[in-house]
Amino acid sequence: MKTLRTPDVLVIGGGPAGLSAAVEAASFGCHVVVVNEDLALGGQLIKQTHKFFGSAAEHAGTRGIEIARILISELERFGDRVEAYTNCSALGYYRDGVVTCMVGEERYFKIKPKKVVVATGALEKLIPFPGNDLPGVYGAGAVQTLMNVYGVKPAKRILMVGAGNIGLIVSYQLLQAGVGVAAIVEFAPKVGGYWVHAAKVRRLGVPIYLRHTVKRAIGESAVEGAVIQAVDERGAFVGDERFIECDVICMAVGLTPTCELLWQAGCEMRYVPELAGHVAVRDRSMRTSCLDIWIAGDAAGIEEASTAIVEGRIAGLTSAHSLGHVDEEAFEEKLKGYWRRLDALRGGEAGSKARSGISKMMIEMWEERGVEVR
Amino acid sequence: MELVEKHPILEFRHGRKVKFTFDGREMEGFEGEPIAAALHANGVKVLRYTPKKGRPKGFFCAIGKCSSCFMIVDGMPNVRTCIMPLREGMRVETQRGNGMLREGM
Repeated sequence: MKTLRTPDVLVIGGGPAGLSAAVEAASFGCHVVVVNEDLALGGQLIKQTHKFFGSAAEHAGTRGIEIARILISELERFGDRVEAYTNCSALGYYRDGVVTCMVGEERYFKIKPKKVVVATGALEKLIPFPGNDLPGVYGAGAVQTLMNVYGVKPAKRILMVGAGNIGLIVSYQLLQAGVGVAAIVEFAPKVGGYWVHAAKVRRLGVPIYLRHTVKRAIGESAVEGAVIQAVDERGAFVGDERFIECDVICMAVGLTPTCELLWQAGCEMRYVPELAGHVAVRDRSMRTSCLDIWIAGDAAGIEEASTAIVEGRIAGLTSAHSLGHVDEEAFEEKLKGYWRRLDALRGGEAGSKARSGISKMMIEMWEERGVEVR
Repeated sequence: MELVEKHPILEFRHGRKVKFTFDGREMEGFEGEPIAAALHANGVKVLRYTPKKGRPKGFFCAIGKCSSCFMIVDGMPNVRTCIMPLREGMRVETQRGNGMLREGM
């Protein structure tokens, strides 16, 4: 283990939240290091070919892949002030504030930053059924990676599990890439995603089985099909089994925050179902109970790329502020502005879950709990 | 290889084509792209077998987080092949059970 780097701000994760945090902190003169586990920066944006909803400030109407390019080029403008490592995993957070990193599988180094932004994103969930460990049961993110990043056909014929936005959008993307979509099954009695996405796949003849789930996967060494069946309101199987021929079962049943480093650091954590898992208690500056650590994006609770971008901005701003790089007046003004954008993005029915989850675990500011800050 | 041939939005710019082996069989893939993606394009879905029950595993998350795609690469076990870039002449092997380090590693 060699080279100890000592940046002002270490950003762990190079998705929409992490890139935005890095841009913001660098814009105040901070020296920033970004470590990104994937081979390319951009997080999940680099596989999202659809146009985003939301407001213009968060690039609504622009495809995810384009948003990634915009954020990366913003970062590049800062030149040497920002160092970005790809194919680099943050492995551990130590009590002395050291973060150990690994490039590839062999090259280790240590970072001792003044401040850390954890923007580690999320992990795909799985539902229980016999055979859910068979090769060919893939997360929706994995299917998108194969087809939209590397141009590899993920399957001949896919069964999609989940009719939320991800399930619907990925089904449409599969059809665009020339892959058959046998059906979409959804446990809930209604489609969870936006109507416009559901209408697109229905127009192309893909059946959506509501109140259905996968009973078991069929196949010896890989998926050759799936048995699906209806469920009643208590979730018990009812009616006839139906066999669906498919070589991939794609799981689009939600995500859960990636928060191992926050546990290691000893951040105060809470289980919040609305945010889809354990998340760190934070104040309005996205600061955790470990005062040198901020959070942003899906790692702070599952939401959208648009909210991740704004949370990243907040974490970048406030970490820079804690280092004395931002003057008080500008800080208050900017923070208020970002919160207006967050509130707007979380407005309406679509944001009600996130609002309720966040209200359970956000405090005003750590100072008000008697925690000494800065 | 099973690649997306035409796409209404995306254009794929692949790297150089390189040769590698999977359990001794010669295959082709694109340099710098994940090993698991190259294997999938070559029709390989089983990447390892679990330690206790010997169940076959393929890849799942494709972002280096779930450990489903561990394989032996150039003698090194437990390599996350979903985020390990492919290089010319790599020896990729199915992993059976827990990865064991060889002497000198």
